[in-house]
Amino acid sequence: MSKSKPTDSSRDEDRAAEHGPPAVELRGITKRFPGVVANRDVSLAVRRGTIHAVVGENGAGKSTLMKILYGMQRPDGGSVLVDGTPVAFGSPQQAIAAGIGMVHQHFMLADNFTVGENITLGAERRHGIGARAATRIRELAARYGLDIEPDELTENLGVGDRQRVEILKVLYRGARILILDEPTTVLVPQEVDELFGNLRELTGEGLTIIFISHKLDEVLAVADEITVIRQGTTITTVTPAAVTARQLATLMVGSELPSPAAPESLVTDEPVLAVAGLTVRGPAGRPVVADVGFTIHRGEVLGIAGVEGNGQAELVEAILGLHPAEGTLTLAGRSLAGQSTRARREAGMGYIPADRHRHGLLLDAPLWENRMLGHQTERPNAARGLLLPGAARTDTQRILAAYDVRTPGIEVAAGALSGGNQQKLIVGRELSSAPKLLVAAHPTRGVDVGAQAAIWGQIRQARGNGMGVLLVSADLDELIGLSDTIKVIHRGRLVATTDPASTTPEHLGLAMTGALEEPS
Amino acid sequence: MRLAGRIDLVGAGTRLLAPVVALLFAFGIFAAVLGVEGTNATDAFSQMFEYAALPDSQVDILNRATFYYLAAVAVAFGFRMGLFNIGVDGQYRLATLMAAALGSASFIGWLPGVLRIILMVIVAMVVGAAWAAIAGLLRATRGVSEVISTIMLNAVAGGLVAFLNTTDHWGTRPEGSNAVSTPLLPKDSWLPNLPLIGGTEAGVFAFSVVAVIVGVGYWFLLERTRFGFDLRATGYSPTVAAASGVDAKRMVVWTMVISGAIAGLVGLPQLFGESHAFTDSVGGIGFTGIAIALLGRSRPVGMALGALLWAFLDRSSLILDLADIPREIVVIMQGSTVLAVVVAYELAKRLSRRMQRRRVGGLVETSQKEQPA
Ligand SMILES: Nc1ncnc2c1ncn2[C@@H]1O[C@H](COP(=O)(O)OP(=O)(O)OP(=O)(O)O)[C@@H](O)[C@H]1O
Ligand SMILES: [Mg+2]
Repeated sequence: MSKSKPTDSSRDEDRAAEHGPPAVELRGITKRFPGVVANRDVSLAVRRGTIHAVVGENGAGKSTLMKILYGMQRPDGGSVLVDGTPVAFGSPQQAIAAGIGMVHQHFMLADNFTVGENITLGAERRHGIGARAATRIRELAARYGLDIEPDELTENLGVGDRQRVEILKVLYRGARILILDEPTTVLVPQEVDELFGNLRELTGEGLTIIFISHKLDEVLAVADEITVIRQGTTITTVTPAAVTARQLATLMVGSELPSPAAPESLVTDEPVLAVAGLTVRGPAGRPVVADVGFTIHRGEVLGIAGVEGNGQAELVEAILGLHPAEGTLTLAGRSLAGQSTRARREAGMGYIPADRHRHGLLLDAPLWENRMLGHQTERPNAARGLLLPGAARTDTQRILAAYDVRTPGIEVAAGALSGGNQQKLIVGRELSSAPKLLVAAHPTRGVDVGAQAAIWGQIRQARGNGMGVLLVSADLDELIGLSDTIKVIHRGRLVATTDPASTTPEHLGLAMTGALEEPS
Repeated sequence: MRLAGRIDLVGAGTRLLAPVVALLFAFGIFAAVLGVEGTNATDAFSQMFEYAALPDSQVDILNRATFYYLAAVAVAFGFRMGLFNIGVDGQYRLATLMAAALGSASFIGWLPGVLRIILMVIVAMVVGAAWAAIAGLLRATRGVSEVISTIMLNAVAGGLVAFLNTTDHWGTRPEGSNAVSTPLLPKDSWLPNLPLIGGTEAGVFAFSVVAVIVGVGYWFLLERTRFGFDLRATGYSPTVAAASGVDAKRMVVWTMVISGAIAGLVGLPQLFGESHAFTDSVGGIGFTGIAIALLGRSRPVGMALGALLWAFLDRSSLILDLADIPREIVVIMQGSTVLAVVVAYELAKRLSRRMQRRRVGGLVETSQKEQPA
């Protein structure tokens, strides 16, 4: 089955002479899906004890390649070697047994289990499921700076916590080869630094890490080697010292790195959303959002900076009416008291959720039905209670073109799209209804640098037409580049207000830890 | 676009293949059991076919399929949003009793027949809906699983029917019979049976027209209305549906109400077309409805075919007695068909995915190669 060319194998031999066989080697991997070739003759070698990054634009085939290594999908051709031995994993269990662990791009956690149960599930042999397991989890959490409480119910976790649980799950299994598929999309820079600082220690002990990210600065900072994938094939493998982020972007998409600098302010003095005294209580009755107030005007982007889990998820859900809350909300002069989520959306609220699989897409439904989702009461999707599938299909085609969603067609199930393309579809859908207010949580989560620039442009354009935006993001460049005002949220309170024109990521990062608390 | 069309053809092909394979499998089990009994399966089957082809049998099959279909649609309604209404049985028995008792009551004797029929249909639907709504409300307000509550409500409905259908209450015992039933409906509210099949006196229930209308309505409501979209979205993912503005609790109640209203119709074809009075003799149609909803994958046409198949097996099994073969063998076949179909659909889904991958992957690869790099 091996299709590796003679030149490849001679190069591999050189490496093998230096460091023993690569921890992971993929040779000539090919994988087809309906309408797409996800991987075409991909070859990749990862040396033991290194951090190897895989980058490439949305839909390039990165996740698919990693799922093949992890035994979740079977390749149509090619071979996988672990420590120089050919393997053919039929299931992730076999991969785990061989010391491979994977953090998925989309969360795979059981909602009705506790964090501890999710982590120990399927790995009961290691430390049981009782106190010993909980102790081990706390140890790991402390060691890797992943703040987590094992007894918490997973249902109540925000995206940041879910990401931390996923990472802990793999570490708990004691994997020797870690695959991290966009593990840090909603972690703030300090958390990323801490995580990778600790992972780097592990590589010293012979652990191997493969990770996928669209944050090129992060990649350059932590990786020993970087492999670029374009349209399903490996383009090249480089070292971070030899490239800049700009060159890397060019290799990936053939386009320039975006500049997030904001153009002149377009803020008017006409309020779109006024929030006062907003308090949201958690499961125990303790406030997770406490007495929050702010006003967003037409044409204004209000950025919310904060470490995930400080109340931004609850704030967003309260504004959408998905979570009961105290306080007053006024949308374009109309009180939202007692209004359902549907009424709020019909009144002109767009919503880009932080977790696209839990809140954003029907994974088993075709793209055109997903275009209706959340807007199933409005044109072009429906009129007078009846659906308009024809119009919705046509409009879906338009969104695919306008937002560069790569897919074989509109009848494809949303779950078959790559993560970034799913995100682009959601952004396109939400901006298409010309909302008065866009509530955007991590709007560019998982999209490649080119698409990120495009989405920023589209949000700016809509803002220019009078849309107000509440922007929650872990990406500080995004917050600084898009926002007209940034407020810092810490433990459910807005603790600081900064002007993006004069702030730096470092300053923001400090404020987010609560170090710079000032009454707002 | 052309590509997408092709994918669909392949998919549809395997989807159609699944039930056929499942039927062959079920027939295999049937043959094996007959073999153990020492009978030739082909023989038994050809006798069943001959018998089912008789005009009387054809009418009977269509009539049975009518109420089976209604029961299946009632169940499927819940299935599409992830609710399991096991209570169709109790809902239709209670509804039919109420409708029959009202229709034969002397205090509305003055009402013209047509109006009385309409009134009875409305009452049956309302009773079915109300009985199902209890389960819906329990689920929405107290989080009680509808599986448990509808099973309990079946038991309660059974008791209620047995209690009300006695000579002390609404029941009467006709001279020379020991079965209790409600009084006969006035003749002007009997529905004429339709002479669709030649060569027999028997006719097809006029209510079969209602079953067809319900089937079309089911499709329209689910696929073409906003309500149907909300319902299906909830079935796919409750959290996603909620974020899109669906009120999950209201949805649960409404789905149970509509499912129950359709369930209320299940007993009416026989009431209007055959028995003209409520006797609690035919129970269990609600459970058959679950099997047929599974067989037809909750799709309107699939369930129609499933109902016809089930009715065919019911009817043709009658001949087995004459041939000295235990009739229960057909029950085995019905059961194994459902099982086989459920398994086969799952297999077909995987198979079609793999086939699509091969074909389409090949197609795209060649078309991509043609493009300049
Ligand atoms: N289960 C599936 N069924 C059909 N097509 C799929 C499936 N999974 C992935 N694909 C397709 O394979 C291609 C590669 O997808 P993959 O998820 O590997 O991309 P990716 O590089 O991880 O992108 P992203 O950065 O957006 O996550 C895409 O075109 C996608 O639509
Ligand atoms: Mg991916």
